[in-house]
Order: sequence, then structure tokens, then C-alpha cells
Amino acid sequence: MAELRESLSLYRLLIAARVRAQLQYRTSFAIETVAAFLVSFLDFVAILVIFSNVPQLGTWSVAQVALLYALATLSFAFTDLVIGHLDGFPALIRDGNFDLMLVRPKGTLFQVITGDFQLRRLGRVAQALLVLGYALNTLAIDWTPDRALVLALTVPSGVLIYGSVWVAVICIAFWTVEGREAANAFTYGGAFLAQYPMNIFDRWLRRFLGYFVPMAFIAYFPALHVLGKTDPLGLPAVLQVASPVVALAAAVVASTVWRFAVRHYQSAGG
Amino acid sequence: MGLDTLRLDWELARRGYARYAAYPAATIAGVFVNTVFGFMRAFILLALFEQRDHIAGYDASATVTYVWLGQALIMTIYIFGWQDLALRIRSGDIAGDLIRPVHPLRASLAFDLGRALYHAIYRGLPPLLVGALVFRLVLPADPLEWLAFVISVGLAIVVSYGFRAIYNIVAFWTTDHRGAMFLGAVAVNLFSGFIVPVAFFPDWLAALAHATPFPSMVQLPIDIFIGRATGGEVLGTLAVQLVWAVVLLVIAERLFAFGVRRLVVQGG
Repeated sequence: MAELRESLSLYRLLIAARVRAQLQYRTSFAIETVAAFLVSFLDFVAILVIFSNVPQLGTWSVAQVALLYALATLSFAFTDLVIGHLDGFPALIRDGNFDLMLVRPKGTLFQVITGDFQLRRLGRVAQALLVLGYALNTLAIDWTPDRALVLALTVPSGVLIYGSVWVAVICIAFWTVEGREAANAFTYGGAFLAQYPMNIFDRWLRRFLGYFVPMAFIAYFPALHVLGKTDPLGLPAVLQVASPVVALAAAVVASTVWRFAVRHYQSAGG
Repeated sequence: MGLDTLRLDWELARRGYARYAAYPAATIAGVFVNTVFGFMRAFILLALFEQRDHIAGYDASATVTYVWLGQALIMTIYIFGWQDLALRIRSGDIAGDLIRPVHPLRASLAFDLGRALYHAIYRGLPPLLVGALVFRLVLPADPLEWLAFVISVGLAIVVSYGFRAIYNIVAFWTTDHRGAMFLGAVAVNLFSGFIVPVAFFPDWLAALAHATPFPSMVQLPIDIFIGRATGGEVLGTLAVQLVWAVVLLVIAERLFAFGVRRLVVQGG
């Protein structure tokens, strides 16, 4: 417990330093935050254009898809804020800088995660919050305590799932630095998939990116519960409240993969 | 401009090709990602056809073909952004380019054409082939249509280069070129018709898009491929692309000249 508290305070210290550094360049920060907002907004524009041609997509209305989109994007945005720089992790391996981390008195994953914190990614958070506001405002949700609880737990669970997937797939860099882009299919690909109703995708894609890589638990299942909507896929209702459990399981798998990868890491030496 | 310069362009283009051919594992990983996204985008747009047979003249086959061609163009025209030139300006390497006997923009265009050829073949064709195996795609029947499509993609690369050069040249005025790059990429993604076909847009947005060079990068080559433009329209389409290519290259060249005038490079 004391160790956890120490790690948390160290985390706060390191992240505060990074944030202060980024705020030194105010114009850059402002431009890049706006850019992040717009880049993220593009995905929602696609949804709006689609719905300008059809009234619903796989039985989902525009406001219902907006809810999926907002929950998925909010989870992804927070994950991206905290560990988005993992995309640059393969460079640490290639340059041999990961070796430095192995000799320091803190966990390697902790050091990699505290390596950066891109505040400009708040632009994406802001965009997702706007869409969430629109969705909740438009949908006449019949609020019950369990629905409120499921909604409240959706984003924390989503962050844990995205984070776990990100950590697990970036481990590919321990074996092949060049092939690291393949990880994007799971991280960015998963984030894209989660914005849409799972039932419009073909079965094999659903099984692979929806359940095996548990993207269906990011927004689709919790949204069904919150909306009181019948699952077009007809899957057991218990899945609709299972996101927190799936998230914890994903975290266990990810930390196991990370430890396995670090144990098998062979430095380039030098 | 003599034969020597053309020879030099050719050599630069070959270097551009070779530079990217050197990392096959990166290519395979990239193809994997583009293919996975291709499937997702195809299923999303196919869901529209559960309710309607046609949308803005597209049927399901044409729409799926549109998706896979778009995936094939991602790297070919660098839809998500490019900053090589901006990084050379920021680091001061551009000074070295300026003392060479070829205009830096011309050299970098030649290099980019070689790069684009590599990306078209190795990043573009594989996802397209996967798409053709899994879905029923619309293919041009006439060899002339294939020829027009290839020319159109070539022009799309030049148009995209012109636009990319413009947002990179911003680096002469600001040390932070990334904002300009992101905004440029946003405009390309939306107005080129990459994320959704321009024909699916509400009328006012489609009209806005067609007033910009962006459809010349993605939508127009695809229109030729899926047969939305036929006969004389094909020549008209190619002419629009050619005009935008020239206009953007001229703007880039003028901006570059302005930028060079205020360039100060430290060091000896």
C-alpha cells in the first residue's frame, strides 16, 4: 500500500513537470489542442454524413450511435492522454534506451508510462464530451440507479481495456521494431470499431476485435443496458454489465504479456 | 531545363522508391492495418444498403470498391499527413538543399513520386486485392478506363504533393509546423471524400468540397475507376486534376520563395 502511494505521488510529480513544460509553448499548445479536437471531430462528421442518407444504422438511431461514439471516444481520449506515447515505445528499444530503465529502481512499465503526457489530447476529450452531451440530451433515457451506475463505470472500464490492449500489443516491439505499426490495427482500429454498433460488422470481425480484443465492452454492451435496448445480436444480458470485470481481466492479461516480453528482452547491447 | 535535369529527377525518384523499399516488415505491418480498417469501413457503409439499394448513385458494390480504393490511396498520397520538408526547414538542412543545382521543391517532388510508386504497389495493391477476394468489386471493363485511372492517380499524387508542400512551408514562419499539418490533414480527410464519398454529403457540403483541390486527391480517381465518370467526363476530370496540380505547385513555389527570403540559418 505504501508502495502504491509512493508510486502515485511520483507519478503526479513527473506528470506535473511534463505538463508545465508543455504549457511553456502556449501557441503550440493551443493550435495542437484545436487540431486534436478537429481530427477527432472528423469521425463524428462521418457518422452525421451517414445519417444524412439513412434514418438508422443496424437498428440504431443517430443519437444512439452518438452515445456509442461518445463513450468510445471519451475512453480512448483519456487512454491516449495517459499512454498515447506508447506509440513511440519501439524507438526506446531501437535506441537502446530501454536498457536504462531496467537498472532503475522502478517498474519498467511505470517508467514508460510516465515518459510523456500529451496535454493537447484534451482536445479529443472536449469533443467527446460535447457529443456525449448531445446524445444524453436527445435520448429520453429512463434513468434507474443501475443504468446510472453502468454509465458511470463505462468510461473507467473503457480506459482500462484500451490501456491493456495498447500495452499488450506494443510488446510486439520487443521482437520486431519495424513491425510495430501492426499494433495500430488493435489500438486505433479497436477505437474505430467501438464507435459503431457491433451488429453491423461481420461475425469473424466481431469475434476477433469485439470479443477476443474486447472492444464490444467499451461502449456497445454498456450502451444497450443504459438505453434499455434489445441486443440485435441476442447475446446474454449479463454481458451488458460485464465491462468492469472484462477490464480487470484485460489488465491482468496485459501485465502478464508485458512481464513475459521484458523477461525475454535481449538488448542490442553496446 | 535539359535532359540532365530530367535524368536527375529520375535518379531522385529511384532513391525515393528505394528508401521505402528498404523496410519490408514495416510495409507488411502497414498493409495489415490498412486491410483491417478496410473491412471495418466496408461493413459500416454496407449497413446503409440494408435500407436502400442506391445512395447518390452508388450501389453496394460501388461503395465497397470506393472503400478499398480509398484504403489503397492512404499511403500513396499520404492522407494522414507528411512533414519531411518542414523538418528540413526546421533543422536548417534546407540550406544545403538551396545550394544544390535543382530547386528543392522539384527535387522533393521527384523523390515523392518514386516513394508514391512504391507505396501504390506495395501498400495500395495488397489491401485492394484482399478486398477484391472477399467482396464483389466494380472493375473497369475498358483498358482505356484503366489507363485513365492510372493517370488520375498520378495527378492525385502531384496535387497532394502540392498541398503537402504548402503546409510544410509554413515551417519557415513558425517553429511549430505540426498544427498546420494536422489542420491540413483534417481538410484532406474530409473534403477529398476519403472518409465518406463526396456524393453522400449534404448538397452544400458537397458543393464546398468541389470548390477545393481535395476531391482531386481521392474522389476523382475513384470516380473514374467505378465508372461514375465516363467518356468525355473522364477527360474533364483529368483536366480538373491537372489544373489543381499546377495551381498548387505554383502557390508552393511562390510561398517557398517568400520563405527563403526570410530564412536565417545558424552555423558555419
